[in-house]
Amino acid sequence: MTPFNRNFGQGGTRKAISPDMNWRELTKAGNIYEPGNSASYETGDWRTIRPVWNKDRCIHCLICWRYCPDASIISTDGKFDSFDYKHCKGCGICAKVCPVHAIDMFSEDEIDRQEEASKNEK
Amino acid sequence: MATLKELAKVEERFVGGHRLCAGCGHGISVRMVLNAAEDANVVVGCATGCLEVASTIYPYTAWNCSFIHSAFENAGATISGVEAAYKSLKKQGKIDKDFKFVAFGGDGGTYDIGFQSLSGAMERGHNIVYVCLDNEAYMNTGIQRSSATPMGADTTTSPAGKVVPGKQQPRKDLTAIMAAHNIPYAAQTAISNWQDVHRKAKKAFDVEGPAFINILSPCPRGWRYNTPDIVELVKKAVETRFWPMYEVENGKWKLNYKPKKYVPIEEFLKPQGRFRHLFAPGNEHVIKAIQKEVDERWLALLERCGETPELPPK
Amino acid sequence: MKNKVAITGNEAVAQAMKQINPDVVAAYPITPQTEVVQIFSSFVSNGQVDTEFVTVESEHSAMSAAIGASAAGARAMTATSSQGLALMFEMVYIASSLRLPIVFPVVNRALSGPINIHCDHSDAMGVKDAGVIQLFSENAQEAYDNMIQAVRIAEHPDVLLPVSVNFDGFITSHALDVLEVLDDETVKNFVGQYQPEEYLLDAQNPVSMGNFDMYDFYFEHKRQQVAAMEAAKKVIEEVGKEYEAISGRKYGLVDAYRLDDAEMAVVVLNSAAGSAKGVVDELREKGLKVGVLKPRVFRPFPFEAVQDALKKVKAVAVLDRAETFSTLGGPMFADVRTALYDLKNDIKVINYVYGLGGRDLRLEDVEKVFDDLANIVKSGRADKFVNYLGLRE
Repeated sequence: MTPFNRNFGQGGTRKAISPDMNWRELTKAGNIYEPGNSASYETGDWRTIRPVWNKDRCIHCLICWRYCPDASIISTDGKFDSFDYKHCKGCGICAKVCPVHAIDMFSEDEIDRQEEASKNEK
Repeated sequence: MATLKELAKVEERFVGGHRLCAGCGHGISVRMVLNAAEDANVVVGCATGCLEVASTIYPYTAWNCSFIHSAFENAGATISGVEAAYKSLKKQGKIDKDFKFVAFGGDGGTYDIGFQSLSGAMERGHNIVYVCLDNEAYMNTGIQRSSATPMGADTTTSPAGKVVPGKQQPRKDLTAIMAAHNIPYAAQTAISNWQDVHRKAKKAFDVEGPAFINILSPCPRGWRYNTPDIVELVKKAVETRFWPMYEVENGKWKLNYKPKKYVPIEEFLKPQGRFRHLFAPGNEHVIKAIQKEVDERWLALLERCGETPELPPK
Repeated sequence: MKNKVAITGNEAVAQAMKQINPDVVAAYPITPQTEVVQIFSSFVSNGQVDTEFVTVESEHSAMSAAIGASAAGARAMTATSSQGLALMFEMVYIASSLRLPIVFPVVNRALSGPINIHCDHSDAMGVKDAGVIQLFSENAQEAYDNMIQAVRIAEHPDVLLPVSVNFDGFITSHALDVLEVLDDETVKNFVGQYQPEEYLLDAQNPVSMGNFDMYDFYFEHKRQQVAAMEAAKKVIEEVGKEYEAISGRKYGLVDAYRLDDAEMAVVVLNSAAGSAKGVVDELREKGLKVGVLKPRVFRPFPFEAVQDALKKVKAVAVLDRAETFSTLGGPMFADVRTALYDLKNDIKVINYVYGLGGRDLRLEDVEKVFDDLANIVKSGRADKFVNYLGLRE
């Protein structure tokens, strides 16, 4: 038997694959056994502008959900629920396609500054 | 037609955490297409390209279903093999679940290098859906012209220079070529009309035999427009008749949308950096040539679809 | 039960494919492989196999479809020759890197140009470094036997690599030969049912294959492939022993013919080994200590077995039916010479390129090689490493 651990990625005791693993520990041929595991990779820090939901205006038409390239509009029971800021890249398409202007885009820097300021006030 | 409220309840098959650029048309198109497969088991095949490299960076996959990529020019052949395996194993009782098969390729992997493989797969009649995500150039390698690049476009291998004003040739009409394979279903659609994309994707999954869908899938970097304006821009492609929405079902051509009024091609060209040079003095003839091409193709399409021919205003 | 039959190499291989009864075959016809595809098509048309036969539009698509099918969980095969293998090259490399156990006969034919349809090994040598296991066959019997064993080798959990079964175009593929075929049931039991560990059509466990590897993982995945190749040597020998039990025919990594006390040896692949053995028998009668080493496996290169077989000889001639244009002789020469280097026995190793584009290897040619070796042994000097056999100088 070769030492290569071919059950890796299928058993119950696996750990997340990381670049410090040797060739025996990685999955065979680079196969990925966890469908949709890119959810654990965050692209939210790419964002320079942030969509913010205006609850009062939203009519829950979910056009934003339809047009999000990053599946970052979370809906519950057919209604807008929240933004997935872990993955939202801030492309601004949702704000643009919203028929009732219920999404506003804010500069991340500006939001950071405001958060900093409010922290200092406290 | 299902409502968005219903469709949003379908399990997401192309999840966040992929590395496509912010605002990439591919993310939108792929989500729309896979959403139409509803709760079926799906195997996705993919040609090398932006979508593939951005969605499967080891050890992460954005595909919430089985997925295979093998090379650039062979998404058609690879997914045929998967489908043949399914038929064989099903027939022998080695598997019991039902599956649907879809392959995605960019215009490079579909119009050009993967053209033969796609043609073969369509001709052999596999029960597959092939979706071309047409962003009109080789974007993954840095915006080189393809046979899908429109005339006049400035790309890195058809640069707008002092003597040559961008790409010299008009686009290849791939959707018509696919329809000429006499497959059960070939269609062209645009994300500006999500209902149209959904309906066509659903039909493509439902028909017995091969189906082909061509989706205009803008690239913010390659086309150089304001990223959030994607839907508006695609709408302009449809309204100017540059990208007509039509379908060919069992040999019957049908126009799905007829713009109410004549919108000149400049409306589509103007917001895009790749066409900026065409608006400089001396390049008017290129815009004229693009318009002529669009008008002629529109007329030919109307005729194929049995619509009343309309002449462009003088 | 064994049956003696008189069939061609192509018929024998098609017969083996029928008995293996793969789930999917994707192939494109090319001389001299064409008959394999034609005969197999008739098995499909007549319902003699369960195979889904994909009549692809090119060899590139043939291997691509085989990759799709194998990844989906099917036992998949293709078959090709020459330009077909060259066109397929990209996908052969990928089949190996995806660790897919695709078995495919390669009916060896010269590569263009100029275009030539006859036998040499330039096609096979073009993929020698693509991560595919390469078995070589002296005659139709070996081609048939190798096909059946190839399935077990490819699918062994320690291996999981594509296996090509090489045999000489026209010489073996089209010549009528008498061979023994196993009965269907024996083959069926021997190859068993393919049970992939992970596959696309596993609805409960979706898998993502052919993913994008960066510099942080690619190297490790290549290393895994090397480990599989290394493991293949042992597996090939084990499968060979099992096959001997059902067929009575012995198969290892190399075939050492009259080498035990030999002073001079030729190393040669495929059908030419038959001619070389004939010459060795003649020369032995004259009292010369000569032998033949025929590698059955060229990739992985069985260097331990080659060392073991040749360690006592004084001079070796490697006969290559392919050029490398490196000006360092044929592809097998470099490997054999490397294997013998560490023995420090001062074995003289020279190279002959022969038979390109289907030129016959005459018995006189082999006799000349042994003459040359005798002179080298006598003088203790080998001045010319690269020689051409049967060429008009």
